[in-house]
Amino acid sequence: MALLAVRDLSIDIAGIKPLDGIGFAVDKGEILGIVGESGSGKSLTALTVMGLLPLIGGRVARGSIRFDGTELTTLPEPDFRRLRGRRIAFITQNPMTSLDPVMRVGAQIDQVSRLHLGLDAKAAQARSIALMERLRLPSAATVYHHYPHQLSGGMKQRIVIAMALAADPDLIIADEPTTALDVTIQAQIVQLLVELVRDRGVALILITHDMGVVAQACDRVVVLYAGRVAESHGVQAIFAAPRHPYTQALIRCIPRDGMAPGSLAGIPGSVPSVANYPAGCRFHPRCDRAGAPCAATVPPLEHLPSGAEVACHFAETREVANA
Amino acid sequence: MPEPARDLVRIRALGKRFDSRKGLFGKRRSLKAVSDVTLDIPRGKVTGVVGESGCGKSTLARLVVRLLRPSDGNVMFDGVDLGRLSNREMRRLRRRIQMVFQDPYSAIDPRYTVADALLEPFQVQGTRLSAQQARDKVTELLAMVRLGQELARSYPHQLSGGQRQRIGIARALAFKPDFLVLDEPTASLDVSIQAQIIALLEQLKAELGLTYLFISHDLGLVRYFCDRIVVMYLGRVVEVLPAPRAKPRHPYTRTLLDSTFAPDPTQRRDISRLTGEIASAYDLPAGCAFAARCAFADETCRARVPLLAADPDGHAVACFHPLT
Ligand SMILES: Nc1ncnc2c1ncn2[C@@H]1O[C@H](COP(=O)(O)OP(=O)(O)OP(=O)(O)O)[C@@H](O)[C@H]1O
Ligand SMILES: Nc1ncnc2c1ncn2[C@@H]1O[C@H](COP(=O)(O)OP(=O)(O)OP(=O)(O)O)[C@@H](O)[C@H]1O
Ligand code: SF4
Ligand SMILES: [Mg+2]
Ligand SMILES: [Mg+2]
Repeated sequence: MALLAVRDLSIDIAGIKPLDGIGFAVDKGEILGIVGESGSGKSLTALTVMGLLPLIGGRVARGSIRFDGTELTTLPEPDFRRLRGRRIAFITQNPMTSLDPVMRVGAQIDQVSRLHLGLDAKAAQARSIALMERLRLPSAATVYHHYPHQLSGGMKQRIVIAMALAADPDLIIADEPTTALDVTIQAQIVQLLVELVRDRGVALILITHDMGVVAQACDRVVVLYAGRVAESHGVQAIFAAPRHPYTQALIRCIPRDGMAPGSLAGIPGSVPSVANYPAGCRFHPRCDRAGAPCAATVPPLEHLPSGAEVACHFAETREVANA
Repeated sequence: MPEPARDLVRIRALGKRFDSRKGLFGKRRSLKAVSDVTLDIPRGKVTGVVGESGCGKSTLARLVVRLLRPSDGNVMFDGVDLGRLSNREMRRLRRRIQMVFQDPYSAIDPRYTVADALLEPFQVQGTRLSAQQARDKVTELLAMVRLGQELARSYPHQLSGGQRQRIGIARALAFKPDFLVLDEPTASLDVSIQAQIIALLEQLKAELGLTYLFISHDLGLVRYFCDRIVVMYLGRVVEVLPAPRAKPRHPYTRTLLDSTFAPDPTQRRDISRLTGEIASAYDLPAGCAFAARCAFADETCRARVPLLAADPDGHAVACFHPLT
């Protein structure tokens, strides 16, 4: 049984249904990438698993989220509060949404382990500084006393990661944790997250729109398109032999070494907004393989013999262009 | 007729200093956003400028199109020193030199329709168009950027990000310029749309014989799209790669390449060596600005600024210990 298993999850926000039948699983020591373009539902997926949907006036309409044997969709808020921050930690794109600007960063990390692990001030401080050193923050004991504005973006994001780790969680959900950072800093943070998963055996859900980050860090990948899963598979297989036309097109959008000039084409059209989701397969207006059933019937997510899960009426139609 | 010079733009010892004050009575601070940049932009080619946030890419772009006046040095466009032109002369030359911004529509009145936005450059230039000419221009420009004619009556908020960027490019093309400076034109777009825009830029360059200065923080994209790559770090050019796949010789370019993840899990990068943060542009260290993060830095690097030196192939690097 996976640590976290999401099945057939649909949500409702004021009558609109931005997520429709999402499913995935992640285990300890594993990195699951959730990838998709803007508006595909990545952040709402994270929010839903964290039990924060009521904050934006939404609710789970269908499906299940099981975390270590507990069903989260029906868990009362007081129980959820004991899980959040303690066993499931959240890292957002903008570190300032997690940091208090008028509080020293060290004290903010201390707070987490004092609240969730019941440590006293001294033990919490020692733990925080050890964590900061582990995250390779230079002169951790000094930075511990700094305020957020005294730190660079990369350092602030490391403080947020330290806060996420302070209660020794089993699952970390990181929503575009490096998108706002420069590439060299992004590379360091991605490397740190990978090391944490390998060393501590936590489960990590890494949400990103960057297929490069997915290829570098993840073990398994879920590709979302317009609130549905298009494809999910192991990282090697999904890059070597993507089966969904969207996955194939998405990979072809990224320049890579050896690509001939003029070969970068993009995907025609653009991602629809929730109000304009087309009937049938939501990708069909942009799809180069769409046929008769695509505009009418929703393709179910099916297991292929290869182990891939693909939602496409023509998933078995092999395409050569990507090879 | 004589052959036109190989280089459309020649940049010599260009510098830009910004002075600012922290608070009303605070210390006066000065920052060199661009230092001593010497660079030639060959005709009909794509010259890429890459570097991380704050390294001076946008400042360089604005200096090159004279939206900013330099503190030092000069920019020659097709033999003309831009610094010597009157505003009036510059306005005329602006027809040949255009800039595309990250979100060009943010500068346009939200009450303008697409057609209004496309015709605005003609108003600015004082070109009178008859109603018929105006309609034809809008039709022509929309077709040029592969947008449907029905969009002419739309307002900005009705357009997607990719459509807005196409309108921005169409506006820049209104007077059939020779030279486009593109400042991160795809940075806020999804990859599927970024790829569409890059494909469009490739086609336009071939059709119209354009010269591009293409600015990006994405080395992967620049390596695909550009003929030459200029790498900047904290205001200075640290390397010029004469070909997009040339092997980096500056340790910073190497770091940038190691940090650029290929969409291929069989080519994972070993990034355990990467350390350090980018220094603040306000208190730059003496010597090489990259020294604090560089594995090869020694006393010389911390004491003196390495100058850009080119080999016969045009591969230029500013480093005391270039990689081989
Ligand atoms: N509070 C909300 N109420 C209604 N619709 C919402 C709400 N939040 C998000 N949506 C819509 O749901 C869809 C998915 O949004 P979400 O933020 O999860 O996308 P995302 O994949 O995280 O995109 P991005 O890459 O831009 O962060 C979008 O179309 C968005 O407009
Ligand atoms: N008008 C200004 N006044 C003061 N400082 C400025 C001004 N414009 C830019 N700077 C500073 O100059 C430096 C270079 O900025 P610039 O915008 O050119 O960088 P950039 O490489 O384009 O960065 P980004 O990738 O974030 O767009 C930065 O430190 C910036 O804060
Ligand atoms: S179901 Fe049809 S439209 Fe959707 S991805 Fe498959 S082929 Fe394309
Ligand atoms: Mg999001
Ligand atoms: Mg810029």
